[in-house]
Amino acid sequence: MTASSKIRGKVFVLGDNIDTDQIIPAEYLNLVPTIPEEYEKLGSYALIGLPDGQGRFVPEGEAKTPYSIVLAGRNFGCGSSREHAPIALGAAGGKAVVAESYARIFFRNCVATGELYPVESPVRLVDEFQTGDEAEIDLDENAITNLRSGTRFELNALGDARPVIDAGGLFAYARETGMIPHSA
Amino acid sequence: MPMTMTEKILARASGRTEVGPGDNVWVNVDTLMTHDVCGPGTIGIFKREFGKNAKVWDPEKVVIIPDHYIFTSDDKCHRNVDILREFVREQGIPNYYDVGTKDYKGVCHVALAQEGHTRPGEVLFGTDSHTCMAGAFNQFATGIGNTDAAFILGTGKLLVKVPPTMRFDFDGEFPPYVMAKDVILHVIGDIGVAGATYKAMEFGGDAIKRLTMEERMTVCNMVIEGGGKNGVIDADETTFEYVRARTQKPFEPVVGDPGAAHVFAKRYDASTIEPTVARPHSPDNKARARELGDVRVTRAYIGSCTGGKITDFINAAEIMRGRRVAVDTFLVPATTEIAEGLRTEKVGGETLHAIFEAAGCKLSADASCAACLGGPKDTFGRINGPEVCISTTNRNFPGRMGSKEGQVYLASPYTVAASAVTGRITDPREFLQ
Repeated sequence: MTASSKIRGKVFVLGDNIDTDQIIPAEYLNLVPTIPEEYEKLGSYALIGLPDGQGRFVPEGEAKTPYSIVLAGRNFGCGSSREHAPIALGAAGGKAVVAESYARIFFRNCVATGELYPVESPVRLVDEFQTGDEAEIDLDENAITNLRSGTRFELNALGDARPVIDAGGLFAYARETGMIPHSA
Repeated sequence: MPMTMTEKILARASGRTEVGPGDNVWVNVDTLMTHDVCGPGTIGIFKREFGKNAKVWDPEKVVIIPDHYIFTSDDKCHRNVDILREFVREQGIPNYYDVGTKDYKGVCHVALAQEGHTRPGEVLFGTDSHTCMAGAFNQFATGIGNTDAAFILGTGKLLVKVPPTMRFDFDGEFPPYVMAKDVILHVIGDIGVAGATYKAMEFGGDAIKRLTMEERMTVCNMVIEGGGKNGVIDADETTFEYVRARTQKPFEPVVGDPGAAHVFAKRYDASTIEPTVARPHSPDNKARARELGDVRVTRAYIGSCTGGKITDFINAAEIMRGRRVAVDTFLVPATTEIAEGLRTEKVGGETLHAIFEAAGCKLSADASCAACLGGPKDTFGRINGPEVCISTTNRNFPGRMGSKEGQVYLASPYTVAASAVTGRITDPREFLQ
């Protein structure tokens, strides 16, 4: 799989400490991500645990999000180890999260599943963007541009995590690079 | 170079003489634990990636403990347990604790310990963030996602980055009204919910040595609430006595080297720790219980891996004996062994069960995770509206126990019991003097 270095789309802006219960509340953990229709269903519930008044990431009654990029503050994805969290964001159509920092297990699960790029921002960006702004992330240049304001911000490089996500996750990467045999 | 406990465990598990923070090492896994919420997805990935006839690397080292969504009418939850059951049969996994049988245990982290699966010096991974609880047994134990767990199922190995270690020492003695829950809420309040991200949290000092195994488990359970990768405590006679009573398997504890480097170190005078509460909606939103006397609660909850062990109920009973609760008070034993203990353990000559019944508590006979994480709508004790709950559980994120309208205060079993009796947040010293 070849991945483009650019991700363009609308941003959905959040604050600090967005935990996995907000990303996918526990009542939906009866869904099994490896069952295709339940994977889709998880996407439709992505970020449904946000406090009321913060808007919907996935519009009611729909399966996909109009936002390709989640933009957040510190410690994104804290809490549970549920892999359902990056999966829900990815299944909804999210391509990347840009946050000041990540909880460890969430970051690792993003890479292992290849569902979305967890990109770190060295500065706080949540005040520089509004939900609905059009933005472009360039993974080669390590930057995000707010296409409404025209302002460009540096991002930290994904390093070794990027080729794993480009490949589509841990297993796909391990096959591509010959770490494990090709056919199961 | 001198090594910390965590470094020594990871060095041994990766076949090296020495490792240091930042090293990426492949470790051999001693135990992989999964449950009904993440097991089916893990099994799905294992089959997809290793083939539908693939065999797990070592059936003896896989432990499957259904515990999350057991006592519910939700069909998918039952289907998920069926997937576990089928996998266990096909793979010949001996350590499976099936729902609806005498083998059923309840909350995985407590059951792992009670069944002898937590052994000093070993490496344990689990598809649950509170797997770090087993660090109390001088293990490297941490939570992982389904994909990593599926990789372990097929290979018995995982790539781990060696974390730097933070050291927390408690000198002297904790006051009798202070529980391990107060200690860890105090620490998380000090370092913040991301204060230990990517790091190991090592606990020591005379006051920690005096804690029972169950209390040490409470401390390590909540390192994830500070962002920690793992928690770890020295093994001693308390550890050996607990473990040897539950398993014949040999084990080899590790001792941190004198002079090992810590990226952070803090010493506490244990006698200064007070009953501590985390206010909504974050485990680091610390306050002293005595400062929150104006906060009225509408319910109380005692349960979960963190707060539903037998000593938690014994402590709650010390306060509730001869008193009535003022608000709905839900009690959920973490495991079936603890549920049994409620009928045999006594405080002041009365069984815990009798004390809680007389106090007017709502006591679940079924051991499970229950409402700690909300769960299906019909879960016992779930918050389904604008409740203000004081709870012995480990997380109080928005909507964690069910409804987003709920507010959850985290506290020790002493503080929760005292607050249940008065209907407002109450320092247990009001009852324990």
